[in-house]
Amino acid sequence: MTDATLVNEQRRHIPDRLEGPAARLAKRWEVLLLAVAVAIFVANSFASPYFLNAWNLSDATFNFTEKAMIAFAMALLIIAGEIDLSVASILALASTAMGAAAQLDVGVPVLVLIGLGTGLMCGAFNGLLVTGFGLPSIVVTIGTMSLFRGISYIVLGDQAYGGYPSGFSWFGRGYAFWVISIELVLFAALALIYYVVLHRTNFGRAVYAIGNNPTGALFSGIRVARVKFVLFLLTGLMSGVAAVCLTSRLGSTRPSIATGWELEVVTMVVLGGVNILGGSGSIPGVVIAAFVMGLVTFGLGLLNVPGIVMSIFVGLLLIGVIALPRLWGMWRRR
Amino acid sequence: MGMTRRLFGGAALAALALAGGAASAQDDTVRIALVVKALGIGFFEAAAEGAQEAADELGNVELIYTGPTDTTAEGQIEVINSLIAQQVDAIAVSANDTDALVPALQRAMERGITVISWDSGVAPEGREMHLNPSSNALIGNMIIKLAADHLPDGGQVAILSASATATNQNTWIEEMNAVMGNYPGIEVVATVYGDDLADKSYREAQGLMQTYPDLDAIIAPTSVGIVAAARAVEDAGKVGQVNVTGLGLPSEMAGAIESGASQSFAIWNPIDLGYSATMLAYALATDQAEAAPGAEIPMGRMGTLTLDDNSEGAMADPFTYDASNIDEFKDIF
Repeated sequence: MTDATLVNEQRRHIPDRLEGPAARLAKRWEVLLLAVAVAIFVANSFASPYFLNAWNLSDATFNFTEKAMIAFAMALLIIAGEIDLSVASILALASTAMGAAAQLDVGVPVLVLIGLGTGLMCGAFNGLLVTGFGLPSIVVTIGTMSLFRGISYIVLGDQAYGGYPSGFSWFGRGYAFWVISIELVLFAALALIYYVVLHRTNFGRAVYAIGNNPTGALFSGIRVARVKFVLFLLTGLMSGVAAVCLTSRLGSTRPSIATGWELEVVTMVVLGGVNILGGSGSIPGVVIAAFVMGLVTFGLGLLNVPGIVMSIFVGLLLIGVIALPRLWGMWRRR
Repeated sequence: MGMTRRLFGGAALAALALAGGAASAQDDTVRIALVVKALGIGFFEAAAEGAQEAADELGNVELIYTGPTDTTAEGQIEVINSLIAQQVDAIAVSANDTDALVPALQRAMERGITVISWDSGVAPEGREMHLNPSSNALIGNMIIKLAADHLPDGGQVAILSASATATNQNTWIEEMNAVMGNYPGIEVVATVYGDDLADKSYREAQGLMQTYPDLDAIIAPTSVGIVAAARAVEDAGKVGQVNVTGLGLPSEMAGAIESGASQSFAIWNPIDLGYSATMLAYALATDQAEAAPGAEIPMGRMGTLTLDDNSEGAMADPFTYDASNIDEFKDIF
């Protein structure tokens, strides 16, 4: 850079952004969400004398770890402009497959492979229908949502699979050290992996590009169908991981396992600041959203608020957190 | 600065007061949690009503009625975890899964919480005792008694069961056959199977009336069969001749009672069940009784419960529903 251009730039300085770094940071979704999380944490500690207890908080993490694992993959899929509503049903089918295998006395590694494999196959099936036949993902996965869980119901009816080998309970009931559960460690590791994939790799850039403009992405040389297929594989795989954790934690499989989780996962993703129409969002946002939902449900649970009221609360939270910035903007512009 | 300090001071005081209030409340009240399969189900709402009745009768009981939104094991575990965190004195649970709740409930017991199951049981290692609404012997006796009560001079009865392989129904019919000697003059002419399908049960009931023109009663120990049989009797114009009885749900049977196709039928009473579960949980949590095989535990107006070798007990005879009380229960379950 020569002196002449430097002088020139100083004279006619056009800032890249209109606000300073502090103001930009304060307006970031993740910061707003973190403030909400802290507020809920403080409110909970005042509302219930039982909240601030390491073991109780550790128990509370089980309310969201498994759902959050699926939410990471779901975040990528939604950023790319697609959605998978069959995740909870994939979980049920993967759990049923593991249960059936457990009746044949197979070892723990085989059980895990069966769980993950079932998840991958279901994901591949979704991905094939969406990318191969060009069907809308919301329609495809509403269909497979009934299909996958339907198979579980046909296999199990009102029966349950139990009798998992004793070592299998490590995933869902084990502790790495003190109050830090294996699931929590897995949750953190997956968060890191998905952070790197989405924010630090070409693949991640491609995901954003597809969500913002699929045609543009295609013309700039991104293999759109292939990326989307991989994303469906990932949601399937993560549903399989969640199936291993949840089945291990429960020690039994019923076809009703994880009923309604698809909506909680999508809620977590949207609350985390991912645009439901695709194109934007971040993994840290989803991580904070997972904690927010876990803290809210556990805090309300301590006050014995019925689950139905809890869903109302989560719904209001979702609408509130999304509507507030818009309202704020409208008020500012007046 | 002064403002923030005042704010924080106030909040801290409030927290102290809260903590103090909870601690002192803990000393004299017994907090019993009634955990159901899912909220918003009439049967369990009625059980909660009975539990509240027991709590009022005992006086120093704080009843926590709770449960998940869906009938899932993982939902119930979340609820149980939050109850453990609150250090309640007792948990009485109707389980969505026999085995899945065991680790959570074992943790509750390790922390000194009394755990019992009722209605739908937990595996023995996950609870101190289980309350069955009734027993197979009591049900077997009840279904034939319901028919015999309206046949003082004896008569012909037929059984419309679920499927031929249904364990529950077969056990009840076996128990019924064991006590037939107590009901002289009553003759079981046939046993048919409707497979718990409404249309098949209906046709089987029609067949019974054609094959046995002098049939006096149809006993259906299944909630699907009893409704189908009552409709078949109504359609055949045999109301008053053939009495349909057995096990059914008041909400589904209200019409049959009104038309007279059924004089009476039986099923457990959810109010009594919630009442008894709360009484038992209280007795165990306050160390007035101990859950062990052979133990006799008081349950207020429902008498005493005797535990068998698996620490299970049967509450009472199935409760009889007829024209006198159907209106009260038909909206409940």
